[in-house]
Amino acid sequence: MYGNDFGPPEEAPGGGLLGEVEAAEAALREAAARQRRGAPASDDDLAGYFAEVIEADQKIEPRDWMPEKYRKTLIRQIAQHAHSEIIGMQPEGNWISRAPSLKRKAILLAKVQDEAGHGLYLYAAAETLGVSRDELVDLLLNGRQKYSSIFNYPTLTWADVGAIGWLVDGAAIVNQVPLCRCSYGPYARAMIRICKEESFHQRQGYEILHSLSHGTPAQKAMAQDAVNRWWYPSLAMFGPPDGESTHSAQSMAWKIKRFSNDELRQRFVDMCVQQAEVLGLTIPDPDLRWNEERQAYDFTQPDYDELMRVISGDGPCNRQRMAHRRRAHAEGAWVREAAAAYAAKRAAEKKEKVAA
Amino acid sequence: MSDPSPLWEVFVRARRGLSHTHVGSLHAPDAELALRNARDLYTRRQEGVSIWVVPAGAITASSPDEKDAFFDPAADKVYRHPTFYEVPDGVAHL
Repeated sequence: MYGNDFGPPEEAPGGGLLGEVEAAEAALREAAARQRRGAPASDDDLAGYFAEVIEADQKIEPRDWMPEKYRKTLIRQIAQHAHSEIIGMQPEGNWISRAPSLKRKAILLAKVQDEAGHGLYLYAAAETLGVSRDELVDLLLNGRQKYSSIFNYPTLTWADVGAIGWLVDGAAIVNQVPLCRCSYGPYARAMIRICKEESFHQRQGYEILHSLSHGTPAQKAMAQDAVNRWWYPSLAMFGPPDGESTHSAQSMAWKIKRFSNDELRQRFVDMCVQQAEVLGLTIPDPDLRWNEERQAYDFTQPDYDELMRVISGDGPCNRQRMAHRRRAHAEGAWVREAAAAYAAKRAAEKKEKVAA
Repeated sequence: MSDPSPLWEVFVRARRGLSHTHVGSLHAPDAELALRNARDLYTRRQEGVSIWVVPAGAITASSPDEKDAFFDPAADKVYRHPTFYEVPDGVAHL
């Protein structure tokens, strides 16, 4: 953990988001101990048994029977999540060679490596549903599966690295913490791992912004500019408003999803206001104000037409991100081939030795 | 040749005295690379002191299709549990 020289005390482990992750982990163990009949009685009972496991807040595991649509929904969601982690390395990777100090560079490298790791955990979770990682990578490369629209925005200054950590990773955590309680075991376990690591990401971003906003006027202006550009795209990360969200109802019933898009967006805004005050930066929303009646902040919704445009491929960096990923995949082919050839050679040598 | 980069299951011993626990899986062309990848992927934060990698295809698993029958033999052997036995009052160290 880097930089504990800021942040209110309730962010300490045990409280806040890390506390929620721990609570989800405890709930997982508790639910597993709950008494329930051990297996479906017959083939006619499969759906009933599946519903019982979900009802008891227990986990569906890879070899259990599950509705085909549950499997498909999970594959789509986990794959898009994995793709987002992989594409998400690009905006920040853009600044590794230009980080302002060796310390910042080492931290950013570690963070981008974590994103790759998160992508790999998630591809592995998706593979338990009977799809191969190669298939999923192909779906990404030929544009048939999407990644989070946020990564189609450019990182213009060093402060953007801070804003991504604070706002983008912050929004991702708010989205992901409930997924630690997802009904599908391998996904829930991957998310617990990921959320614990994301907490470092969010704090490193916050620390970058804190340093800048307490630096020279030019540095503070740079931090404010980054927050101005990343605020609304971060709000859009929670997806379309509840009325227009197509996948939500069924996913909620299956406990893949636990809260609606709008609930999570509200939670994020409510968290950010105080954090922005400590930074001394302004959230770029003139209509942001506390609503005593709702006990929550009123705020301006992001531009959902823009979100739809970016999702459909017309954001500032969509083409660049995909071109880069395709090139990296193609240029890495020789490494994969060399490793496979070496493994084959070694296996053949072993066989010969045994024969001799 | 079969899959050039097959799936491996990864088990990590978190600390001395604990057993290896399944932490996830990964792809690698051979055991040596699987071990190195497992180190990079699953122990970036000192999560372990020892790693096992096992080809996923080498694992034989019980199937939920077998329903209750597979685990039935254990159900009627309550005498395997210490709580089955009545200990007379006044007996110590038992």
